[in-house]
Amino acid sequence: MTHALVGDAPVQPGAIALRGLTLGYDRHPAVHHLDGIIPIGALLALVGPNGAGKSTLLKGIVGEIRCLDGRIDRPGADSIAYLPQAGEIDRSFPLSVIDLVAMGRWRRLGAWRSAAPDHQTLLRALSAVGLLGFEDRLIGTLSGGQFQRALFARLIVQDARIILLDEPFTGIDGRTTADLIALIRDWHAEGRTIVAALHDMHQVRGHFPTTLLLAREPVAWGDTETVLTRENLARAQALSEAWDEDAAICGRGDGHHHGAPPFSDGHRHIHGHDHPHGHDHRHDHGHAA
Amino acid sequence: MIDLLFGPFIEFGFMRRALAGCFALSLSAPPVGVFLMLRRMSLMSDAMSHAILPGAAIGFLVAGLSLPAMTIGGLAAGLLVALLAGIVTRTTSIKEDASLAAFYLISLAAGVLLVSLRGSQIDLLHILFGTVLALDDPALMLLGGIATVTLFALAALYRPLVMECVDPLFLRTVSRAGGPVHYAFLGLVVMNLVGGFQALGTLLAVGLMLLPAITARFWATDLSGLIPIAMLVAILSSFVGLTASYRADLPTGPSIVLAAGILYLGSLLFGPRGGLVWRLFRPRHLEG
Repeated sequence: MTHALVGDAPVQPGAIALRGLTLGYDRHPAVHHLDGIIPIGALLALVGPNGAGKSTLLKGIVGEIRCLDGRIDRPGADSIAYLPQAGEIDRSFPLSVIDLVAMGRWRRLGAWRSAAPDHQTLLRALSAVGLLGFEDRLIGTLSGGQFQRALFARLIVQDARIILLDEPFTGIDGRTTADLIALIRDWHAEGRTIVAALHDMHQVRGHFPTTLLLAREPVAWGDTETVLTRENLARAQALSEAWDEDAAICGRGDGHHHGAPPFSDGHRHIHGHDHPHGHDHRHDHGHAA
Repeated sequence: MIDLLFGPFIEFGFMRRALAGCFALSLSAPPVGVFLMLRRMSLMSDAMSHAILPGAAIGFLVAGLSLPAMTIGGLAAGLLVALLAGIVTRTTSIKEDASLAAFYLISLAAGVLLVSLRGSQIDLLHILFGTVLALDDPALMLLGGIATVTLFALAALYRPLVMECVDPLFLRTVSRAGGPVHYAFLGLVVMNLVGGFQALGTLLAVGLMLLPAITARFWATDLSGLIPIAMLVAILSSFVGLTASYRADLPTGPSIVLAAGILYLGSLLFGPRGGLVWRLFRPRHLEG
């Protein structure tokens, strides 16, 4: 029923609909029965304790991991730009900064077209992140903050309508963070959809109008002020701790009661599931059609 | 002097053939080696060179000491091992080096078993140490063909290959080229090892692929420098190795690889990019 509700709701092209979405590893859910719509042009913060499934959700949206259950609908199939938390980037590879940024043009250039006509675009992106003059430096010689700026320059030239950022400011100094947040706000002003996993509540409150609080289960989704309440945060913490305990005793038959409608318009809280089941077996519980 | 260096090539056709074959290999194997080195897969080519053995052995059992048969067998075995290892890596949690190690050990054991079923020690030595001084026309064409295919393929795959090396996750999010590019690259590795196995033998096929690439690391930092320098080192090693083997009556394959080894050791000491000798001095640091 809950899934059917969202399933019936028409989704505008460019939005991302999460329908009964369960994501995880080895059939262990890391994101559990998430329903909701990320509307086009959203500036959404993804918040939750460690292991809450923030990175997993972003990986699911970008298609890095398969859904264990439910699905993700993206009518319009806009291109997605994704900045992972711990990328697989080999920084010892002798590649220049401008070549790294030029990778963002792949969709336009492919394997063979010349990147020369895009040179100005690349330089503009580098200048937008304050790295003008660094174009011929090897990526291995950049500091952590400079490298993150370079990755943001690559996001700029990707020019995607949907941008997913996983903890983009970890280990980055205040000045760089402020610059990059300004960039994110520009993207927002241009009508792009931005989802960022963050752990700094101050940043979230200051810059992100909407927030999804996740603790494997979705805890709350809506306006940032109504989501980031003391009770919600405490509940997220408790949920994530309770979950560890569940895992230890295998949690079978430990009824989580469900009941809330999906978050299509925010301002709601959900309280788990209405069907008893463990968390380590297949999701075959049929979702009460 | 001229006679000392060029005499054998002017005098003997088989030396000219050997030189042409080695030059062809010197143009194709080192760039592949550069990518292997940068991907920290240097030892993977060593494993692959062993994986080729059973295919070559089957070719040998079927057709005797016939280069085409052994080449086709080696190519088939190498590609099979690369493909199986790739599939296991992408579908299970086993890392590429481990799955490759498993398959190459199986393959190597099978190869040694097959060779010992028939054939004498001499035959085995032929397989292991190559037959560079007996390159016939088909073998030369094969080496030239491999070099041509390798250079064109590298040119075509260059951009996605670099992206796959630097940031495979990014390439996965923007394109499906990652997998095919990876397999195509492994195919090039196998092809060049089989080519090297013609000239230098299975055991030393890796030498001309990796030693020049690693040597180049002491002379250049980016790909536009590494690749031509690696080719140059390989050409020089082939020439010096062949000449030395003729003058001193040494086995050809090992002397070529040893020549490359000497160039490596020299670069390790004196190379301008991180050579050990430069550590003795501490140049004044720059202003900014």
